[in-house]
Amino acid sequence: MKETEKILLEVHKLKKNYGNKEILHGIDFSVHRGEVVVLLGPSGCGKSTFLRCLNGLEEIQSGSILLDGSIISDGKAEWYAIRQKIGMVFQSYDLFPHMTVIENILLGPLKAQKRKKNEVEKQAAELLERVGLLDRKDDYPAQLSGGQKQRVAIVRALCMNPEIMLFDEVTASLDPEMVREVLDVMKELAQQGMTMLIVTHEMNFARSVADRIVFIDEGCIVEESEPEQFFTAPQTERAQRFLDIFSYEN
Amino acid sequence: MDQSFIAASIPLYIKAAGLTLNLAFWGVLLSLFVGAVCAVIGYFRIPVLCRIMQVYIELSRNTPLLIQLFFLYYGFAKIGIKFEAYTCAIGGLAFLGGSYMAEALRAGIESVGKIQIESGLSIGLTRWQLMRYIVLPQALAVAVPAIAANVIFLLKETSVVSAIALADLMFVAKDLIGMYYRTSEALLLLVGAYLILLLPLSLFFRYLERRLRNVGLGN
Repeated sequence: MKETEKILLEVHKLKKNYGNKEILHGIDFSVHRGEVVVLLGPSGCGKSTFLRCLNGLEEIQSGSILLDGSIISDGKAEWYAIRQKIGMVFQSYDLFPHMTVIENILLGPLKAQKRKKNEVEKQAAELLERVGLLDRKDDYPAQLSGGQKQRVAIVRALCMNPEIMLFDEVTASLDPEMVREVLDVMKELAQQGMTMLIVTHEMNFARSVADRIVFIDEGCIVEESEPEQFFTAPQTERAQRFLDIFSYEN
Repeated sequence: MDQSFIAASIPLYIKAAGLTLNLAFWGVLLSLFVGAVCAVIGYFRIPVLCRIMQVYIELSRNTPLLIQLFFLYYGFAKIGIKFEAYTCAIGGLAFLGGSYMAEALRAGIESVGKIQIESGLSIGLTRWQLMRYIVLPQALAVAVPAIAANVIFLLKETSVVSAIALADLMFVAKDLIGMYYRTSEALLLLVGAYLILLLPLSLFFRYLERRLRNVGLGN
């Protein structure tokens, strides 16, 4: 276990509706600083929606979200300022097509955070170097492969110096041979102590990277446990059934 | 061809071209304004205004400019509201062009995907920054060809205003034909005048489209 005394993100009784349909039924949840939590669950269980609620892309109907002890979900705090502390990477390739790799990365730090250009450029170069894409910094997204785009998207989020990173099925639309390069970057990030919240269907990856598995089904947290326990001896029948579906992979 | 007649007529055409350009300029500017207002109303789906806008767009696009001008010039005069011919001409062009511009802008903005907007938000951009750095560059790259076509279309449409006695290029040509029966010379000058106005504009837009396409697709 990593250092876990300090809670970074807390969620209390979060409810989310789409129209009349309740998607999340009062979620209680927290992440400690430096912790890597993987959210698992069947398609449509609400795990992506939950992630999107955490940085204000979805409005919540009730409950509260706290980042570093202060409430961010009461409408008083400005989401655009909060989002600078919460990095997010999406499933689809979401780079800005009209900007080069380096312009994609610099936009947030320069315009949203108003940081100094040479300082940000230095950091961006270091991060690109780490994901092996420094030589592609002046290319446009259209010239990159899916895996390369996702690595740039991760760098773009990291360059904001976020407190926590959210990953929403970032390998789900990649060709199989490119999944690995993206997971490797995430794994390295986890080892460096980044706080991460990951939605994925890569079970082996989840097992090796997570400090804790949170299993969500039908808008509720059904089970929370350490990965070894979750994958070898799930405590609920629903989790067992979910894992059975994936057992072909192993 | 009577060359001395042509030479003598050129100043008249230059003067008329001034009015044609003037009308086109204000017509295009107001059209863009009307179009932008419509695009905003559509983008934010403002309830009642959205309906009104739809009626306006259908009315504007499915009636000829000539009829719109007659309504403004003669129709309103019948119920006691008199507008200058010049005002009617610009009003008519804006009424017609506004809907075309609205459609061009709407298509551009709609072409920017939801995921682009969410990505922009997720790196902490404000609504305004999102518009400026993410949505507009991509939307305009898509909309510029349509906007350019509308500008050229509106400039050509100004020829209709001669029907309400404004001395534009078309009016001068008709006038000269009526007075001197120099049909070939007058029409030749008319075609030449429109080409001189429109060709540079077309070439400029083609250049702009190429540049913006590069921006849009990132290649």
